Amino acid sequence: MNIFTWGQSPWGQQILQHISWDLFWAALFAGLAFFVAHASYMYLSPHRKRKAEETDAMEAARPELPTQIVRHGGVARLFHWVMAASMFTLLLTAFLPIVGIKFAWVTWHWTAGLVLTASIVFHIVHASFWLDFKSIWVGPSDLPEFKAEILREFGHDVPGPKPGKYPLGNRLYHMAIVLAGLGVAVTGLLMMKRVRTPLFTRDPYLLGDSTWGFTYVSHGLAGVALVGLVIAHVYFAIRPEKRWITRSMILGRITRREYLEHHDPDRWMVDGSVSGGR
Amino acid sequence: MAVIRDVMPAFELFQPASIGDAQALLARYGGNAWVLAGGLDSMDWLKDRIKRPQAVVDLSAIAELRGVRAMGDGLEIGAMTTLTDVVNHPTVRERYAILTEAAESAASPQIRNQGTIGGNVSQDTRCWYYRAGWSCYRAGGNICYADTPEAINREHAILEADRCVAVNPSDTAPALIALDAQMVVRRGEQERVIAAEDYFVGPSIDITRMTALEPGDLLTAIRIPGTWAGSRFYFEKIRDRNVWDFALVSVASAMVAQGGTIQRMRVVVNGVAARPLRLRAVEDAVTGKPANEATARAAAELAIAGAQPLKFNAYKVPLMRNLVKRAIRGTEVTA
Repeated sequence: MNIFTWGQSPWGQQILQHISWDLFWAALFAGLAFFVAHASYMYLSPHRKRKAEETDAMEAARPELPTQIVRHGGVARLFHWVMAASMFTLLLTAFLPIVGIKFAWVTWHWTAGLVLTASIVFHIVHASFWLDFKSIWVGPSDLPEFKAEILREFGHDVPGPKPGKYPLGNRLYHMAIVLAGLGVAVTGLLMMKRVRTPLFTRDPYLLGDSTWGFTYVSHGLAGVALVGLVIAHVYFAIRPEKRWITRSMILGRITRREYLEHHDPDRWMVDGSVSGGR
Repeated sequence: MAVIRDVMPAFELFQPASIGDAQALLARYGGNAWVLAGGLDSMDWLKDRIKRPQAVVDLSAIAELRGVRAMGDGLEIGAMTTLTDVVNHPTVRERYAILTEAAESAASPQIRNQGTIGGNVSQDTRCWYYRAGWSCYRAGGNICYADTPEAINREHAILEADRCVAVNPSDTAPALIALDAQMVVRRGEQERVIAAEDYFVGPSIDITRMTALEPGDLLTAIRIPGTWAGSRFYFEKIRDRNVWDFALVSVASAMVAQGGTIQRMRVVVNGVAARPLRLRAVEDAVTGKPANEATARAAAELAIAGAQPLKFNAYKVPLMRNLVKRAIRGTEVTA
């Protein structure tokens, strides 16, 4: 399997062109293999589930909490779904021609790319000034939670830390999406200078051959990474035990019981019916 | 231009005697096989050592791929029929004069004796940046060298450029589209019949191919229905010299008129995009109108809508406009 494709410049130099499309198949396979392996594991292994009486007791101890708690505000949900639509459009327009479904994909692709970029910029501003910016990030202080989560995944009854607003898996996923998303957006904007659009004056010499090659390769690597990440995201969104999170991304709210069952109230404090809605 | 060398890279040469044998070879070698018809496009690629196929499948010994046959109210032309045979065929001359004219305008008599109609419609673009073996979009790379500020792009596209600005060089292609021809393509046991209009592919759909043919596919015949037989045809090819040259712009049209009013019409131009362009907007605009100067003028303006010339090919815009105008008026060119 090749990783990169190389070409020859008019000066006879070897130049990097883009990733090998073998990597797309590898990412698709990795994403689907993860899906099958995780689903099999979850089906076959016994898992700890909090007893109903335990959650009943927690709920009884916090009657002041509203029955419905806002987890994602309307603006945040709108961003998520706009980003999801643009991401699917980007992946389909990028990879369907590679699997043999030919159509005029370029305009659709860069248009979706601009929508994604705009939504990312919006999200950065919105999260920086209106949301709890730190709640989604991962740092060294999360190591105990990471250890507890791993042990729980393997069926151990660990009393360790529970997540704040976002489970550790969410935060790690967000980190990966940030890297791949920013990578694909920045390189994609540069690549728009190589094609005709009504927005930029075309300039194929904006960068040197090698830098263009690096840009195309980075775009491709981020793109195939997103194939695996999106498969994993969709998989977790439809898993039965995660559907409350998916529902909250549609309706914006979770129940008091879900809040107490899945979150550490000390790490995500809810004040009455008002909470930081990301 | 690439340096043409005397010795071609080594390949296995196969000369099957039947379509079945050729298909078996194409299936065996897939993308590593090269289909050789008349060899006029192929030899450049091979001698330049730009294309290095593992196997070359020479179709010249397959008798069933040659000849012009009656089929229903039209004709079926074997893909390996030479351009000279197409030009000289009495039925083609009588009913499909536009194809005669188009085929006769290709290259030189020697080349028409060797070149086939299948090869003529399936040949690759003549963009010299691409044919020089550089890693342009069409060659799988990420740049069009012909669409750069310094590029010599006098012969390149003014319409439908999508990263690549190469143009289709076929002379018979616009005539076949005007005649509503169908391309018969075989792969294994399967036979696909593709409208000539859809046989040619632009870079927005597939930047590395000029036609719908994929590895393993074999164009076996071209069918021309009777739909446009004997109608009023117009073909004109503008080139730098009057023999042995590719079109800068060409136009092919078929018109059915009654009492001076256009009942239906097909207009196709080539040399302006990576595929021959059927001008549907023009066809719609002229239907029901008188075939006169005013109609021709209005339609010609419509034809060039959206044209985006490169640095050195702006002349193609008035050229295309005038050719479309002439096609509608039906005025023959005078030197």
